[in-house]
Amino acid sequence: MTPAPELVINGSATISGAPLFAPLTLTLGAGRWTCLLGGSGVGKTTILRLIAGLETGAEFIGQITASDGHSVQDRVAYMAQDDLLLPWATVAQNVLLGARLRRQKPDLNRRDRLIERMHLQGHMNKKPGELSGGQRQRVALARTLMEDRPIVLLDEPFSALDARTRADMQDLAAEALQGRTVLLVTHDPGEAARLGQAIVVMTQDGITPCRPPRALAPRKVDDLETLETQGALLRLLREDAA
Amino acid sequence: MKLLSVFAATLFALAIWQAIVSLTGLPKFILPGPALVAETWWQNRWVIAEHTWVTAMEVVIGLACGTVLGIVTALQLANSRVARVLVQPMLVFTQALPVFALAPLLTLWLGYGLWSKVAMAVLIIYFPITSSFFDGLMRTPAGYLDLARTMQASPRAVLWHIRIPAALPSLASGMRLAAVYAPIGAVIGEWVGSSRGLGYLMLLANGRAKTDLMFAAMLTLGVFSILLHLIVRLATARMAGETR
Repeated sequence: MTPAPELVINGSATISGAPLFAPLTLTLGAGRWTCLLGGSGVGKTTILRLIAGLETGAEFIGQITASDGHSVQDRVAYMAQDDLLLPWATVAQNVLLGARLRRQKPDLNRRDRLIERMHLQGHMNKKPGELSGGQRQRVALARTLMEDRPIVLLDEPFSALDARTRADMQDLAAEALQGRTVLLVTHDPGEAARLGQAIVVMTQDGITPCRPPRALAPRKVDDLETLETQGALLRLLREDAA
Repeated sequence: MKLLSVFAATLFALAIWQAIVSLTGLPKFILPGPALVAETWWQNRWVIAEHTWVTAMEVVIGLACGTVLGIVTALQLANSRVARVLVQPMLVFTQALPVFALAPLLTLWLGYGLWSKVAMAVLIIYFPITSSFFDGLMRTPAGYLDLARTMQASPRAVLWHIRIPAALPSLASGMRLAAVYAPIGAVIGEWVGSSRGLGYLMLLANGRAKTDLMFAAMLTLGVFSILLHLIVRLATARMAGETR
């Protein structure tokens, strides 16, 4: 893995002529978690997909650059709200999907270590259909970590989980993805307040950086400043909608 | 429970059949009763078995060839835009032609024997197999393809590890449909020209006013088709994701 670079996204996007977002500059700090918070339809997922080099249906005018000058698209790992586990493959096979698709020799020791780290021992040979929602997202996280990429793109990966499982997953992900350049797209102010080392709110008018709480991420769910930040972020989102 | 309900439904159907025969007093060359058909079936069991064997061979070979052809076609179509543009309309057009009309032609080309019937069966199942598998291949969940893209997968690897496995349930439903259609194809082929097979036996019995034998052959064909469907259903259960 190359050291995690800083990413700068600079540009605007339109969908069949209509503006999706105005010219903006978003900087993702090297080796840090940036939380991009916003309501539905403001284009935050579009930004994430542009970085990943995925189809967006929007036309982007601008550039996405890494501070080390290398290409971005082939150094990302991607995790979505849908765990995207292949239902016909076992947990172990799903974790190894990337190596399999690239016809590389899979690192089985690393796989076993990650499965253990995600508390999935004993589930190796199960199919995704036999797992709970939280377990499935842990498999997806193990698959993401298996890719060992310096840039990790998370598109609301925890939003379908119940509150407790979500908090557990946030802790696990924050710890496991430390040192990587992470973009977390979310519509949950609480999640942004817990995990963001930088927090950016995206609205129709553009992006507004917000001061994250001082405590180290992942912050305690009942940390006072974190709760205040959550409130402030929610207020910002509501003002935009009004 | 399921067996019991099948049994009950069969009894019910037989009772209605017998009631119609008894109440209308139709002569047996118009509508023979279930008892007479059963007796005829038993008396002619070796003849029927021989003809069933012939039809079964046609159907099984046709099913195998049609499935392989359909799978290959669907893969080609899914892989190449050019193939889709050139071949797909032709495929739809062949479906607009009545296959029945082609039967005499096939007999002319392939002769009186096994292969013209196999060809009929292939023709009739080729489209359902191709179109169901092709649809499955084109409807891979977009999220899987996104994920594969971020993993730098080659199109070939995506096809092999994601698109084909994701399309197997669609292929399974196509194959189940094919198992029902294939015997129809073979029997039509036999009607047009043959000296063996259940279709031939039905035609022969009908021509000689042996309606009871005609019924016996027809019911044998029905039972055979149902058994074939069940076998294909079981064989494709894993593909359809019904068992682990």
